[in-house]
Amino acid sequence: MLEIKNLHVKLEEEDKAILKGVDLTVEAGKVHAIMGPNGSGKSTLSYVLSGRDGYEVTDGTALLEGEDLLEMEPEERAAAGLFLAFQYPVEIPGVGNMTFLRTAVNAQRKARGEDEMSAADFLKVIRAKAKDLKIDAEMLKRPVNVGFSGGEKKRNEILQMAMLEPKMCILDETDSGLDVDAMKLVSDGVNALRDAGRGFLVITHYQRLLDHIKPDVVHIMADGRIVKTGGPELALEVEHNGYAGILEEVA
Amino acid sequence: MALPKIKQDATEARLSALDLPEGGWSARARGEALARVRAMGLPGARDEYWKYTRPDTLVGAEAPQAAVFDADEMPVFDAVDRLKIVFVDGVFDADLSDDLALEGVEIDRLAEARDIHWAQDLYGVLEAKGQSPVERPLAALNTAFASDGLLIRVTQTPSKPISLVYHHRSEVSDAILHHVVKVEAGAQMTLLENGPAAARFNKCMEVDLADTARLHHVRTQGRDHERRAATHIFARLGTESVFKTFTLTVNGVLTRNEVVVEFTGDDAVAHVAGACMGDGDFHHDDTVFITHDAVNCESRQVFKKVLRNGAVGVFQGKILVKPGAQKTDGYQISQSLLLDEDSQFLAKPELEIYADDVACSHGSTSGAIDDEGLFYLRARGVPRGLAEDLMTIAFIAEAVQEIEDEGLQEEIVGRVEAWLARRRS
Ligand SMILES: Nc1ncnc2c1ncn2[C@@H]1O[C@H](COP(=O)(O)OP(=O)(O)OP(=O)(O)O)[C@@H](O)[C@H]1O
Ligand SMILES: [Mg+2]
Repeated sequence: MLEIKNLHVKLEEEDKAILKGVDLTVEAGKVHAIMGPNGSGKSTLSYVLSGRDGYEVTDGTALLEGEDLLEMEPEERAAAGLFLAFQYPVEIPGVGNMTFLRTAVNAQRKARGEDEMSAADFLKVIRAKAKDLKIDAEMLKRPVNVGFSGGEKKRNEILQMAMLEPKMCILDETDSGLDVDAMKLVSDGVNALRDAGRGFLVITHYQRLLDHIKPDVVHIMADGRIVKTGGPELALEVEHNGYAGILEEVA
Repeated sequence: MALPKIKQDATEARLSALDLPEGGWSARARGEALARVRAMGLPGARDEYWKYTRPDTLVGAEAPQAAVFDADEMPVFDAVDRLKIVFVDGVFDADLSDDLALEGVEIDRLAEARDIHWAQDLYGVLEAKGQSPVERPLAALNTAFASDGLLIRVTQTPSKPISLVYHHRSEVSDAILHHVVKVEAGAQMTLLENGPAAARFNKCMEVDLADTARLHHVRTQGRDHERRAATHIFARLGTESVFKTFTLTVNGVLTRNEVVVEFTGDDAVAHVAGACMGDGDFHHDDTVFITHDAVNCESRQVFKKVLRNGAVGVFQGKILVKPGAQKTDGYQISQSLLLDEDSQFLAKPELEIYADDVACSHGSTSGAIDDEGLFYLRARGVPRGLAEDLMTIAFIAEAVQEIEDEGLQEEIVGRVEAWLARRRS
């Protein structure tokens, strides 16, 4: 599904290397988790994959189902099936959440040569999905993320994911800021989307989320590289011992 | 003080190209207005109040030509149930207009001057009052020479809006219209205006709101690319009255919209808002002056300008709070969205406050589309152009929301969307 090879990334504006050779393959149907100390490059990886400005790829490749992601515009990547749940969802005053989502859904459909979703169908679907995530009608009407609490923003990300039905979902610290109940809602939302054709890359600092969204593979990222890969037990090890041991071991 | 010779000559050149209409009841007001014009002189490039906008083409003896633009888009407000009154190049068109009959409203034409008229107490009166502390000679010129206009007196709330529709058919038309709107106590009305009125248009509207009266004014200045316009609104607000005016301006090479509001009764509300979309050879100037001379009144000025390809936006907005106008709530925001580096926004916000118990704020910003927001939209699959349009619509939203009627808000947003979409591909 997602195949990253030897990815090197530096900041466009300054000579600062952030990703220093990332190798990572997420297979369809699998959930991979990435953990790692603050500043190790996890968000950078997710931004580079989704096409944000400000980074320069100096080496390596990233393919989504065999297609070169790095050559595409952000909207093309989305239409190709890539989705990033942002660590910090952006507020867009003046753009209604509903308008935004409908525009996004239909733009992606159009890009894929599919029919647009009618207003009525869209409404039906979004209401049902919003209800599952306990997002009320009033929140749907509000401008995108404006005045949403931290947890509401994260739920809104998952709602977008549920509506867009991407093939490859990257979740960047979607658990941060969520209370226990919201964590359950969000995890249920993610688990409902798990299927054989879809891959997940879940970035998190805490084992807690991985109790709900059971990963197949866990990676540890440090200083711009994946330094260790293992099964779910690796997350438990981090939970109990922190990163010190792992980092020493690989140093 | 005598006018500088150059200004005097320019003024006389303009005046010599005009004929004073037969006034009837308005003759005296016209004569006085003419004297005001002569005393002030027409605006010149050196005038402080015209620092950011060149007045020469607005005051020249002849109107510069303006091509008539044929758009196949349905005119705005066509779907609204309304009483429609049409002016073609500044000339009233009875065939295109509805009967000037609407329950609760008296409508007369200025051109059909009779000997006495209720408008006598207002025509040129609010304009004359609005000449101080800042002179507005084009408005006085208008009072003197207006060829026509509507005198609208609202005694009871009518069942539908009055909609003034302007058509521009002649490349050299030079129209001067003057409307007077008086809303009596307890009544309210919506007044719509749209269309390019002429190659050059000088329009003045005097608005008198009695206690508890309400007027909602929504106007679009659109379509034609080469048109020029100078417009004035002079509004006087009685106790607990409400005046809301919103203007959308697209296209046109030069537009100056002045709005002068005076609170004379307590607890009144005035919202003056505007959005403009400028592309290329476009200069748009919003000049607003709000005088608080009563207690506990609220004024809001919300102006948003979207500028690209060298378009220029100007905002001069002033809140004057007179001694004793306590509990004044004055808000003013003017912002521009510059879609490239060639475009320009010039703002001069001013507060002058002589009362101590007031809350006034003003702000002015200029900026590009927010990259973070743009990326967020694109990351969800919204193509760049459409994402920029959404962000642009979002930018003007605060101004559009000043329109009370949601249907009209949508109509305005729809126009802007279409305008943007035409420029996208
Ligand atoms: N635009 C930028 N300008 C300057 N430094 C940047 C920029 N983007 C990333 N960095 C730096 O790159 C490093 C990696 O940042 P990144 O956000 O990817 O870390 P992270 O692993 O997601 O951390 P966290 O766990 O705290 O979210 C950090 O040192 C960060 O300061
Ligand atoms: Mg991060």
